[in-house]
Amino acid sequence: MGRKLLLDKAHIEGIRYYDTYRSNGGYAAAEKALKTMGPEAVVEEVKKSGLRGRGGAGFPTGLKWSFIAKPEGVPRYLVCNADESEPGTFKDRYLMEFIPHLLIEGLLISSFALGANSAYIYIRGEYAWIPDILEQAIAEAKNKGWLGKNIQGTGFDLEIYVQRGAGAYICGEETALLESLEGKRGNPRIKPPFPAVKGLWGCPTVVNNVETIAAVVPIVNIGGDEYIKFGIGKSTGTKLISACGNINKPGVYEIEMNISVEEFIYSDEYCGGIKGGKRLKACIPGGSSVPVLPANLLLKTAKGETRMMTYESLNDGGFATGSMLGSGGFIVMDEDQCIVRNTLTFARFYHHESCGQCSPCREGTGWMKKVLHNIEYGKGKMSDIDLLWDIQRKIEGNTICPLGDAAAWPVAAAIRHFRDEFEWHVKHPDEALTRNFGLAHYADPLPLPEPASV
Amino acid sequence: MAEEKKLFKVKIDNISVEVEPGTTILNAARQIGGDVVPPAMCYYSKLQGSGGKCRTCLVKVTKGSDADPRPMPKLVASCRTTVMDGMEVGNITSPEVQDARKGVVEFLLLNHPLDCPVCDQAGECDLQNLSYEHGAEATRYEFKRRTFDKIDIGDKIQLHMTRCILCYRCVFTADQLTEKREHGILGRGDASEISTYIHQSLDNNFIGNVIDVCPVGALTDKTFRFKNRVWFLKPVDAHRHCEDPKCCGKTVLWMRGDEVFRVTARKDKYGEVEDFICDTCRFDKKEKSDWIIEGPRKIDRHSVISQGHYVNTVKPKDPLVEVLDGRQPKLLFDIHTTSEVNRPEIDLSKIDGPAHSDDFNK
Repeated sequence: MGRKLLLDKAHIEGIRYYDTYRSNGGYAAAEKALKTMGPEAVVEEVKKSGLRGRGGAGFPTGLKWSFIAKPEGVPRYLVCNADESEPGTFKDRYLMEFIPHLLIEGLLISSFALGANSAYIYIRGEYAWIPDILEQAIAEAKNKGWLGKNIQGTGFDLEIYVQRGAGAYICGEETALLESLEGKRGNPRIKPPFPAVKGLWGCPTVVNNVETIAAVVPIVNIGGDEYIKFGIGKSTGTKLISACGNINKPGVYEIEMNISVEEFIYSDEYCGGIKGGKRLKACIPGGSSVPVLPANLLLKTAKGETRMMTYESLNDGGFATGSMLGSGGFIVMDEDQCIVRNTLTFARFYHHESCGQCSPCREGTGWMKKVLHNIEYGKGKMSDIDLLWDIQRKIEGNTICPLGDAAAWPVAAAIRHFRDEFEWHVKHPDEALTRNFGLAHYADPLPLPEPASV
Repeated sequence: MAEEKKLFKVKIDNISVEVEPGTTILNAARQIGGDVVPPAMCYYSKLQGSGGKCRTCLVKVTKGSDADPRPMPKLVASCRTTVMDGMEVGNITSPEVQDARKGVVEFLLLNHPLDCPVCDQAGECDLQNLSYEHGAEATRYEFKRRTFDKIDIGDKIQLHMTRCILCYRCVFTADQLTEKREHGILGRGDASEISTYIHQSLDNNFIGNVIDVCPVGALTDKTFRFKNRVWFLKPVDAHRHCEDPKCCGKTVLWMRGDEVFRVTARKDKYGEVEDFICDTCRFDKKEKSDWIIEGPRKIDRHSVISQGHYVNTVKPKDPLVEVLDGRQPKLLFDIHTTSEVNRPEIDLSKIDGPAHSDDFNK
């Protein structure tokens, strides 16, 4: 059994409520942070722990916190990004639904560390029932003196507000989220200035993912030095992975970042293997926007090493032969899945969710969707594949926010690794409507690069 | 003596310029002028918060600053990126930038109807200029271009949503010049459109400026609609005493003969107005007698508007007058009556192919 830090008590009945949470060691970390540690000590612990943002980019949280500007007389804000809209990712929902107090406690400690007296939870509108759970938890915590004025007699004030989004993927981008929180149209802001300097209402703001904030609680509990013993290298601690697709046991798993991808897919503790005894064809290891990998590159890196469930190992080889851990939306595809159709689905999603502010993303996502639609429905041309490659290349990196990149990467990776399948679709339009390309050679072991001759 | 402000040294396409801290790369390039100025479709120096959206002004920062010489990983929007001391920027010298810009132009034109022949903006359209300079000769887009339901935004301003490139300039204009903004961006992604939420007409005394700031033909002057092509008109600087304290009253009249076809604000060489004018000046004062005319407006000689308008050109001297010493040249003889070569009975149009001496020897 892998060690757990976040979900270790999730199975306890009634953990959703304050009394059960408290009697199982809840708010001990908050007590420790507020009463015995200072704000700087908390930031120091988080820095020491090597905690990396769990929202997708993997930016070191302690470093992010240390960037926040601290001008006199200007309030600072902590915003919790619960706008989890990435297709394939549903870990934050689980966390908020079952142990909301973990998030509240994390927000309390983080706000204390940052000196913020207001914290916001921006939650996506589709999670319609969760704000009620959170608000109930906030009311309970306030009732017991963990929120409000003069928390537990320490003189620290904190209010937590829950704000429901209106169902836009783009509002998961931190500056679009801030705009939306301010009541405006959710358009990403042009950076710089970064939120750490000018965020919510022009004040210094830190935006963190739900899981990141929750992970602060065990860090304060066990200390950064102890936390770093979880995981390998720079991927410290545990990570929530929401596994879905063609696997026997889809769900949210907390993994210690020291297991291999193969173990995660096939062990009974986690996904339990591919459904129906089929073979693995491809996998998107970090939510819809990260590059898709064929089976042979997923389990072993291009250098022939075992691929681990860590930030570094999944990114080994860059985008040419690697992918990203992203937000942990682990989508597994078996041999009967069609990569072209899958890419079309994602392209359609990004086309629908583009905010329309900057031209490459507004126009390019729709174009890619239409070209992919043609290929999938037997009307494609060979030149369309190169066209797609050119479009994604011109979107990537030229947009205001990462949505353009997120739209370009899946298409790029699909063409890079599955070009045969695209070509088969073009050459056999009628057959492509009735059957799938199948596994083909995508699971064959790759030839290892020759060791450099001396 | 006041202490001299420290200026930042910036190199754009290997041309050095010293600018004040806080200047954007685009404005630094405009201080150099010429070809190194990146095109800007959404940035408007008179409007706060504009820019960063169209991505045509992308440039490559090859050296961040003297203190931190690392290059920036991505291309940056020059209109929203401020310079650092010692920064080196590649615009026309960077193939990466040229390639990206070509891509952006293609994206901008993807759903553009290209109805320039019937568009009132033709001849003074930023998108036209941009696509001439940076665009490809043909589109690779094989699908139906998007269309929108027509909406009426009043009797003075015509909205053509299909032509819009969503630069947000008109939104900023309404926010910053008028008391109340009634239009905005509705919808999302490529379905987003300039619209009013409940169909309302835009009637504010400064709302007509959205026509001037619009880089394309999405917002045009309804009182000038289909009246004339801009290059057939003669722009003249004029002014009048305007009662509105916010209006400068300095305009350009677009005239033909004594007729004033339309009134616009004065635009500089980057297509930005010098001063905003009120709607009374723009829409209601269409008589020559309303205005004090200053003289012809100088239009860039590369513009189609200045075709046939020879301002400040020197006519070559005609030597024949001097040679003839005051005498008038007169027709000495008519070649057709005297030439022996002339054969009126041979109809050249009846000859199959180029005329040959054989044809005349028949």
